[in-house]
Amino acid sequence: MELVTDILAGKTRAVARAVSIVENNSHDKEALIDALHDYTGHAAVWGITGPPGAGKSTLADCLIQKERDAGKKVAVIAVDPSSPFTGGALLGDRLRMQTHAVDPGVFIRSMASRGHLGGISAGTLDAVKIFDAAGFDTIIVETIGVGQTEIEIIELSDIVMLVLVPGMGDEIQAMKAGIMEIGDVYVVNKSDKDGAQRLKAEIEYVLMLKEQTNGDPSPGILMTSSRDNTGIDELHIHLTQLYHERTRNGMLSVRRKKRIKKEMDDIFNRKVQDLIEKELSLSANSSTWIEKVYRKEIKLYSFINNTLAEFERSNKK
Amino acid sequence: MSEKIRIEIAKPGLDGHDRGAKYIARALKDAGYEVIYTGIRQTPESIVATAIQEDVDFVGLSLLSGAHNELFPRVVELLKEQDAGDIIVFGGGVIPEEDLDFLKTHGIQAIFRPGTPISDVIAFIESTRKGHAA
Ligand SMILES: Nc1nc2c(ncn2[C@@H]2O[C@H](COP(=O)(O)OP(=O)(O)O)[C@@H](O)[C@H]2O)c(=O)[nH]1
Ligand SMILES: [Mg+2]
Repeated sequence: MELVTDILAGKTRAVARAVSIVENNSHDKEALIDALHDYTGHAAVWGITGPPGAGKSTLADCLIQKERDAGKKVAVIAVDPSSPFTGGALLGDRLRMQTHAVDPGVFIRSMASRGHLGGISAGTLDAVKIFDAAGFDTIIVETIGVGQTEIEIIELSDIVMLVLVPGMGDEIQAMKAGIMEIGDVYVVNKSDKDGAQRLKAEIEYVLMLKEQTNGDPSPGILMTSSRDNTGIDELHIHLTQLYHERTRNGMLSVRRKKRIKKEMDDIFNRKVQDLIEKELSLSANSSTWIEKVYRKEIKLYSFINNTLAEFERSNKK
Repeated sequence: MSEKIRIEIAKPGLDGHDRGAKYIARALKDAGYEVIYTGIRQTPESIVATAIQEDVDFVGLSLLSGAHNELFPRVVELLKEQDAGDIIVFGGGVIPEEDLDFLKTHGIQAIFRPGTPISDVIAFIESTRKGHAA
């Protein structure tokens, strides 16, 4: 594929097109991703999540600069929700990063969730692979995370930052149970505002409770102001060191294998479902079957087991 | 899965009034498009780099400051230079009648002046989108 050669050469238009292919779930997606497979695994993937308005995009902007100063090529994937009613989306994250728009070492891509739950879009993971193969050293993935369902960012990233801001007292209570599990690094952004110190103390308290239950080493809590550009150096150093540490102690490969497992399960499930649909003409037949179950002509479990056994027999021949 | 139309809405030039641009960005979102909004004071270079990275189908330029005769054609030119001449450029804002022909001959495929109903913009997008049987 010419597209693959161009991606590996880091050509912008090819990379952009490839992201659209995975985003649209086009039929050449699978061949594309397999062709890139051998060239992936080099990039560090940083997730940034947190409530809307916490300063995730502004923080990403600061971190891009730090990585550029360190000579790294950076890609950013910023995911925002699609409207469930119209399917439209207003993608405004890159507004905060536009100073990097013309830097050839930076590639920013906005993605709409397109109905996918979990905070990312169905194409995000494949988009990460494309940027990885195209030679980007660091890939920053920004997603909105406000509840317990948006946790796919953990599976996708090597390191996850949870960005919180002062003045969300009640929210932190709600987040305790779920989203507090997801951060490797906690960022108290807008530390220029009142209450930042208290928020930090609250997070420390929640994490202390968590530590007692699972014995993990305690994650870092960093204070930043992306407006005043304070604390960014510390955050950047922390991320870099954590990544190296995880590479060294094997945590990185553990995480990445978990990611592969999740992907594999998902793809198997989807394919098996497609296969069943095709072989048993599920949607065409289901109304007849439902009627029969309703009239007590057949029983659910025996019927389904028999149908699958029949399918298996016919496949063995 | 179906392809989605992606549209960049950008404001070149120095004026800082983005109400019009934001209005159109929101309206196009409500019409079901994916809109990438880049904010004020964009250079033609940053607009084009964005269009290519975001793999958009359309770029909508909004301008009040009067520099449209330089800035709009420059965007079209840069897109062509970067092998992205297939991206469709349209414009909006306070643009005098006598400039419309000039802009059209320089590759701006439609101009929407203040007061244009959003349905005109949507009709334009639907009739020029890729794969549309003209
Ligand atoms: N005071 C203050 N405002 C900030 C800071 N970081 C971001 N903001 C502002 O917060 C708003 C939301 O920022 P944004 O990065 O878009 O948040 P996101 O929705 O989490 O991506 C913007 O108006 C930013 O200028 C900060 O450290 N301090
Ligand atoms: Mg954002």
